[in-house]
Amino acid sequence: MNTYATRTRNARPEPFAIRVGIAERLGLAHMDWPLTIAAFALIAFSVFVLGEATQNDIPGDPHYYLERQAIYAALGIVGMVLMTRIDYSRFRELRVGIYTFLCASVSLVFVFGFAARGSRRSFELPFFSFQPSELGKLLLVLALAGFVIDGARRGSAVQRTVRYLCLGLAPAGLVFLQPDLGTSLVYVVATLAVMYFGGVAWTHFAVIGGALVAFVAIVLVAAPAAGVPLLKGYQEERLTSFLNPHEHEGGAGYQQNQSKVAIGSGQFAGRGDKATQTRLDFVPERHTDFIFAVIGERYGFMGAAFVLSLYALLFWRALRITTLSKNAYGTLVAGGIAVALLFQTFVNVGMNLGIMPITGIPLPLMSYGGSSVLATFLAIGVLQSINVQAHLSQRGRFAW
Amino acid sequence: MFARNDHMPQGSRLSLRVAVVGGVGVVLFAILFFRLWNLQVLSGDKYLAEAKNNRTREFKVIAPRGDILDRTGEVLVDNRTSLALQLNPAKLPEDPAEERAELARLGQLSHMSLRKVRRAIAEGEEVAAGAPVTLRRDVGFDLVAYVEENQDEFPGVTVQRVFVRHYPDGSRAAHVLGSVGEIEEEELKEPQYKDLEPGDEIGQAGAEYAYDKFLRGQPGLTRIQVNALGQPTPGGQLVSTPPTPGDSLKLTIDGDVQTAGEAGLAARGLPGAFISMNIDNGQILAMGSNPTFDPSDLIEPTQAQVDELYRDPVLAPLVNRATEGAYPTGSIFKVITALAALENGVITPDEVVQDNGAIKVGEQTFENAGGVAHGAVELRRALQVSSDVYFYLLGLDMWETNDLQEWAHKLGIGRPAGLDLPEEGETLLPSKAWHEQFVKEGLALEDRPWSAGDNVQLATGQGDLQTNPLQMALAYAALGNGGKVVTPHVGLEVEDAAGRVVKEFDFKAQRKFPIDPGYRTAILEGLHAAAQEGEGTAASVFGGFPIDIAGKTGTAQRPGHADQSWFAALSPYPNPRIVTIATVEEGGFGAESAAPVVLDILEAIYDKQASAVSSGGGAE
Repeated sequence: MNTYATRTRNARPEPFAIRVGIAERLGLAHMDWPLTIAAFALIAFSVFVLGEATQNDIPGDPHYYLERQAIYAALGIVGMVLMTRIDYSRFRELRVGIYTFLCASVSLVFVFGFAARGSRRSFELPFFSFQPSELGKLLLVLALAGFVIDGARRGSAVQRTVRYLCLGLAPAGLVFLQPDLGTSLVYVVATLAVMYFGGVAWTHFAVIGGALVAFVAIVLVAAPAAGVPLLKGYQEERLTSFLNPHEHEGGAGYQQNQSKVAIGSGQFAGRGDKATQTRLDFVPERHTDFIFAVIGERYGFMGAAFVLSLYALLFWRALRITTLSKNAYGTLVAGGIAVALLFQTFVNVGMNLGIMPITGIPLPLMSYGGSSVLATFLAIGVLQSINVQAHLSQRGRFAW
Repeated sequence: MFARNDHMPQGSRLSLRVAVVGGVGVVLFAILFFRLWNLQVLSGDKYLAEAKNNRTREFKVIAPRGDILDRTGEVLVDNRTSLALQLNPAKLPEDPAEERAELARLGQLSHMSLRKVRRAIAEGEEVAAGAPVTLRRDVGFDLVAYVEENQDEFPGVTVQRVFVRHYPDGSRAAHVLGSVGEIEEEELKEPQYKDLEPGDEIGQAGAEYAYDKFLRGQPGLTRIQVNALGQPTPGGQLVSTPPTPGDSLKLTIDGDVQTAGEAGLAARGLPGAFISMNIDNGQILAMGSNPTFDPSDLIEPTQAQVDELYRDPVLAPLVNRATEGAYPTGSIFKVITALAALENGVITPDEVVQDNGAIKVGEQTFENAGGVAHGAVELRRALQVSSDVYFYLLGLDMWETNDLQEWAHKLGIGRPAGLDLPEEGETLLPSKAWHEQFVKEGLALEDRPWSAGDNVQLATGQGDLQTNPLQMALAYAALGNGGKVVTPHVGLEVEDAAGRVVKEFDFKAQRKFPIDPGYRTAILEGLHAAAQEGEGTAASVFGGFPIDIAGKTGTAQRPGHADQSWFAALSPYPNPRIVTIATVEEGGFGAESAAPVVLDILEAIYDKQASAVSSGGGAE
């Protein structure tokens, strides 16, 4: 499948490079087009679905979510293009700054943050509320990959693993305290992914896995039994209710039941405007965490499977880029982003389908929200940059 | 540009790791696809049903009942809308103290004691558990506004727009119209009510009962889309089936004639009844009973009204005396006796009989009313002056046969008249067979065989005879039309909401038998003389009436009562179209009170015809 590589080896003239100057100058010539198409298709679908499903949500402003998501999408695409043109390798040099900024921004919400439903996650800006932990996912991957590359020869293998873990878990812990369990889990997974692609030994992962199981056991079972609840009540209920949703018909299980009913009722072809489950508030948070239920009900298996396929395509292209990268840093960054995207997609869609707990993780490029859309597009921009740089380096040319 | 420390993981190791992650990705996506397929394609039906159940609530929309009109289209019954205060017991506060407080507030608003409110709820629960209970109908707008503004204080209380029967003319034709009421538990089991539910209204009496299936209409079903909080969503009315209003029922009753009859009867101030019927087709033009009632009182009667309407066995306003009464008829029965005697060859029209004022039958002496001797009388004269002796003798001549009973039975006495209304009372035509059975069962006062005296009494409409104006009307109609027993009815046709006739009722004659035209003519001559000539018993009443009629007075002796007044008329003479009969309990002689009632009715009928003719002529 490596068509680009084949072409360059045969030294065939690059049509874009010569005839289409704009694409070349914008740095778009070596973008991974399937990845771009998947991302554009997803965001376009998101805007479309929000426009269809949220018309009655804000009285007097039927296009509230549609307009805002469209603006976020436009900003995101600009960010992606800019990111594509930057040589991502520079981020490795800026790793300390990036890491400091990450920790500072997720900490500052404790001071200046805007409290919503008992948790402080975002800054209230004039146009939208910015949630630093969303961008933090990308920042963490960029910084941690740098640390892994630079620390590769320092200390023993165990020391290195512990160091990476600490570097990753510190911001994860801050986000967890906001509290934002879902995003902190993404941080943990991204950290493990970067370490994994950074070559941390399998045995270390086995130990980490064991520790995780023990940790979950303590948080969910042992600590509450000992009278020290570590999770807020709703967090624990959300995490466990998916196991037996009928016991929680009115509470956390309610959302998931309704989401399941919504998706199931879409059947093969979808219910279109008759999608009452999601239109009449039976499914909560339908424009953010439960947007997949909207898709499932309105457009049925055809629509939902199509969207899932786009995510599969996205993941495949991201993973593919890890193998193309001109350097190890790119591999680690691409790997971290790919796994983080896979994790978020699986957890969110699984939550909608009633097989994963409710963790409040948005569906990348689909859920309404400026921070998430922007951060995801920037991450895809970084992937594109890795792809572009890989091609340029093989041809001995550099954008900058 | 490779950084100094930038080492690539060795190719094979990286490939392995990427492959593992890729494999994990494939597995995860496979899980999602499988789950999606499972939810949407394999169990989609189940979830779709759940989703539909989630979002709709069903409300029954009561269909307005059809109007009841008189034969000219004048409205006798229609509907008015009324606001009813309803309570859904399931939505009452769970806390007993709070519940009590709310019920007390409700009671205050609706002028009911707390105990009464609780009883209303308990009664409602018994009829239809879970359904809203109507606490009070016809509540005012201010009360409605108060409840709606203070919804917090009245959880479960709603105001429902309901249709209530409206009687523009109060008690007019009350016995014909009947009444409506909520369906009873027993009635729900009957096949004609199979689609109904507790709380539905059905006709309970009169035409409302008899023509219920046309009047009732089809309730509609409104599905309201609700959101997760159970609130109706804007524009969320899913129109399913709109209610179909009931069809209108047009009666054979003529409102003006009805009014005249009721006024005439009411003017006597005594219990009684009247009926006026077309003798060719059985259409009842007017039928009434006194005392009467206002059907709107039955909708939500006060205790005083209950006592008056239901608990007075003597006045019994709800009883239609025209069809449910059971009286001896006195001399108006003589027409039947005459017909039976003539048809059986007992006598000829011109055969002269000596009336000495009394005859002796066995031990008993039967006298003319007032003991007057009419001298030599033949049939016409006997009818004109109402010679009892003449008919006593006929009764005596027929006592060993069953001829009189056979003819009375053929003419419709002592048997169901086939009226289209449910109200038909028990009647009795005394005969030898009946008497023997009666004695055998030990019900008779004295243990004696059927005697000549019994038949003599029957011949003049006395003794054990128990009949009513309706049956007498049938008999007179059969005489008038030459032997056809019609089916008396008040239902004329059914019209839909747009006024199109959707059904015309065709009540065929029940039976026919030949009546010798000569005999018929002779009897009618006698009746005409009785009504309008010289010494005729009713000449004082009808002597000046411009239309020729044939009529017969009756003065019935009822044990324990003063004499009951009767009058039967066939009009116009000699080719009658209409039979009109009136009776007034304790009204004295026939000419004294019943005849004037008939006169009032006939005046209304023929005034109307005269004005119709004249106005019709003017139009041409």
